[in-house]
Amino acid sequence: MAEALLAHMPALAVVVPLVAAPIAFLAGARWGRPVALVASALSVPVAFALAWLVSAEGEKLRYQIGGWEAPLGIGLVVDGLSATMLLVTAVVGFAVTVYSLGYFADKERYRFFWALWLFLLASMAALFLSADVFNLYVCLELVSVSAVALVGLSGQRDALVAAMRYMLAAILGSIFYLLGVALLYGAFGVLDLAHLAAVLGPDVTGQAAFALITVGLVLKTALFPAHFWLPPAHANAPSPVSAVLSALVVKGSFYILLRLWTDVGDPSYVPGMGTLLGVLGAMAIVWGSVQALLQERLKMLVAYSTVAQIGYLFLLFPLVEIAGSHVVDAWSAGVFHAVSHALAKSAMFLAAGAVLSRFGHDRIDGLGGLSRRAPVTTMAFGLSGITMMGLPPSGGFVVKWLYITAAIESGAWWWAIVVLAGGLLAAGYVARVVVPGFAKARDDASDLDVDAGRLPRRMEFAALALALAALALGVLGQPVLDLMAVGSPASGVIPWTGQ
Amino acid sequence: MDWAVIALLAAVALPFATAAAIFALGEARTTARSAVNVVGAAGTAVAVLACAASAWQGRAGGPLASAGIGLLDIGFGFEADMLGAVFAVVAGVLWLVTTVYAIAYMSHSPDRARFFGFFSICVGSAIGIALSENLITFFVFYEMLTLATYPLVVHSGTPAALRGGRTYLMYALPAGAALALGVVWLHVLAGPVSFVPGGALPLGLAATHPVQLTAIFALLMLGLGVKAALFPLHGWLPAAMVAPAPVSSLLHAVAVVKAGVFGIARVVLEVYGPDAALLGLTLPLAALAAFTIVFGSVRALAQDDLKKRLAFSTVAQLSYIVLGVALASPLAIAAGIAHLAHHAALKITMFFTAGVVAEEVGAYRVSELDGLGRRMPVTMAAFSVAALGIVGIPPAAGFASKWLLGTGALDAGAGWVVAVLAASTLLNAAYFFPIIHRAWFRAPRAEWATGPDPGRAEADLRMVVPLVLTALAGLAMGVLAGAALSPARWALFVAVMEAM
Repeated sequence: MAEALLAHMPALAVVVPLVAAPIAFLAGARWGRPVALVASALSVPVAFALAWLVSAEGEKLRYQIGGWEAPLGIGLVVDGLSATMLLVTAVVGFAVTVYSLGYFADKERYRFFWALWLFLLASMAALFLSADVFNLYVCLELVSVSAVALVGLSGQRDALVAAMRYMLAAILGSIFYLLGVALLYGAFGVLDLAHLAAVLGPDVTGQAAFALITVGLVLKTALFPAHFWLPPAHANAPSPVSAVLSALVVKGSFYILLRLWTDVGDPSYVPGMGTLLGVLGAMAIVWGSVQALLQERLKMLVAYSTVAQIGYLFLLFPLVEIAGSHVVDAWSAGVFHAVSHALAKSAMFLAAGAVLSRFGHDRIDGLGGLSRRAPVTTMAFGLSGITMMGLPPSGGFVVKWLYITAAIESGAWWWAIVVLAGGLLAAGYVARVVVPGFAKARDDASDLDVDAGRLPRRMEFAALALALAALALGVLGQPVLDLMAVGSPASGVIPWTGQ
Repeated sequence: MDWAVIALLAAVALPFATAAAIFALGEARTTARSAVNVVGAAGTAVAVLACAASAWQGRAGGPLASAGIGLLDIGFGFEADMLGAVFAVVAGVLWLVTTVYAIAYMSHSPDRARFFGFFSICVGSAIGIALSENLITFFVFYEMLTLATYPLVVHSGTPAALRGGRTYLMYALPAGAALALGVVWLHVLAGPVSFVPGGALPLGLAATHPVQLTAIFALLMLGLGVKAALFPLHGWLPAAMVAPAPVSSLLHAVAVVKAGVFGIARVVLEVYGPDAALLGLTLPLAALAAFTIVFGSVRALAQDDLKKRLAFSTVAQLSYIVLGVALASPLAIAAGIAHLAHHAALKITMFFTAGVVAEEVGAYRVSELDGLGRRMPVTMAAFSVAALGIVGIPPAAGFASKWLLGTGALDAGAGWVVAVLAASTLLNAAYFFPIIHRAWFRAPRAEWATGPDPGRAEADLRMVVPLVLTALAGLAMGVLAGAALSPARWALFVAVMEAM
């Protein structure tokens, strides 16, 4: 029984939230909540079981839906990278669900939240398990559709405008992606990632396809300068949605880029592409941080922080492009950043949302004395800020460490400067929030309502738990590094440097 | 598990556990919070002393206790070694004393849970720094200390405090970035770097990569120099004096600033070792330290604000430690290490005093201290002992440091250091004697003339007793400098190992 269950774990990761979504929809405003809680709680052990299976196997797991083999049926593939992303999705998803129970308390208006939310989680899980470029496309669309709906959920004008912008960007991205997929299929006649990797040759059509797909995904990942849609969408969405958009959804399209450029092909497949992505990443870090320094609203600041942090993901491409033993470090840095940023940024958005819903505003110049009014939330914000800055002991520090190592080893040391400068800029925008928090509460600068009621504890502690998890990654992150290396293109090539 | 390993883990973990408990107890439950705080600090003091005992037992064959967890190939490791034990004991034992003082000092202040929670994290970070087995672990705790100090600097929440905090971060965060780059670069070049007496760089690396090693050294000194308040990186320290007295006492005279000089000692002695001199890196460092000694003392002269005068004195005194380490003769190294403990006891006494005086009679400036000896005889006596000790009047501990440093400098063939020492001593006297003179020999202000109110102590005893204890410790370290297990003897032992 247990073994049979284990064998179906890849399917369960998708099926649990997918089945729960319509149930939550039918269950209505009241009973949708426990359904979502149970489903998202179940996803956590399922993700852990998958991670355990992959680690134990030491290589990719394949799962055929209905037993049909690759070119005909739909296959799910789990390697270390997928298992890692699934795990993060499940953990963040669960914490955000707990938070949402407090956030959406007695709000009839948000009765569709739970179904959409579960559907988003199911689409994310399916995306991380997909094994061919067309399924990836379908999943990506499902993710986008549910994410756009969630952004506009409040029905307020700003949110609807932001959702519309988001949708247009997403559709544009999809068009590019689909064009690329069509070209790939025309040139090579396969869609499966593994088959594609085997037949991919130095072919102009293939290169053009890769370039088109990359343009589409860059739009969806909101890499500078295609980030224009992200800050309004992430800042105007309900706060749990903001958290999951910044933490997980942008990582979905990045995940596909990673698969294409490091699993199927490599960054030298299209000359200059790695460097280009890296330069855009560096510009994102600087531009996003500077914008974060200039924002007047807390949630906008956090959203621009996401624009900056997305930049770090892309620094892996130029470093992977240069051959050498540092490739493993660079690849791990990017993926580990996806993980630690997911935890820290969801914590940060949840904390910002707690401030907004408790005090009714999120103007940064009105946050004087925050640390006394809301100590747990301030702590959650500050601790997640440590990951943004990349300071120890946090997952962000491990990322910084790996990137700087890779940069120095590859001789492209300027990327190290980018990483360090980005950390200092992050300190600047985190300080903008934390510093007034320490100001005397009776200062004029504060318009935090003294009588504002307490927040539900689960909201404050969901944020704190995620921030602490991001922090713990900096010390206890080795199992995650081991997990994501299973079956990865980078693993086994060269052992860890220095050993 | 071995007792030594338990002590090692407890020394690092207890302050953090205390912090967690303090945060969990929250603002309202004052008694429980204070009890937890004192118990945690006492446990930590016992643990660091046990670490010192294990270090002493293993002094010949290497440390008894080590522990760690792996991450990539960097690994977080701890070890109770002879050099680390000095700083761990100083930070851990003085924490207990400071806790008692701080509970009294902060008794009317808001946000005490936040204050004591971050205070505990700072001490835990300092002990982690002391007991780190390698450069990475050191760096992790060093940056934790950077961040955990900030809420304490800005504790009062006044605009001045926020400015002080901003200045602090403006120095500390870029320094952290420089340190990070230096640490990773060294790691790429030399592999994992554990601290080893006599240097840890692979053989021949200095010959093949002199330029890179020099650049790395500069980055490391830039990163460590901020906390060590080396000129021109010292500017944050006087600005940070807006913090409450317990913070100035333990953190800005001991834990934070000595984390910087201790780091310099680790890097110069136990990473670079003889290569530092080979690459010509020690002489510029010694020259910078010597300049800082004179510079800090001259600036101290001009300060009327008592805490600022003490802060500039700290700037100067910290460089004694750097100078001793940079001169690299056994006696000079011993002087540096011993001064780490000597200065800690003496300077914390003076900051405790400044806090009591401010709290009890509302005097913040040197010019307001006339005749204070009549009003607060015990407090000012302790202050005077500590001041004389720093000036270097025997038998208090500062004399032992200066003597060792002078002879060590002559051993190292650096006679010019003696002139620096002489100038520094004169300047020390010039900025401390006026305080002593005012307190004891000037006509008291009218409200103090009659002494403390009859039947009442001169100040809260929970603040007076700690500063008397630390003054006595400063005295004892000097009087018993030749005794077994005194800081000076301990330092000599370490210095011989380092110089071998």
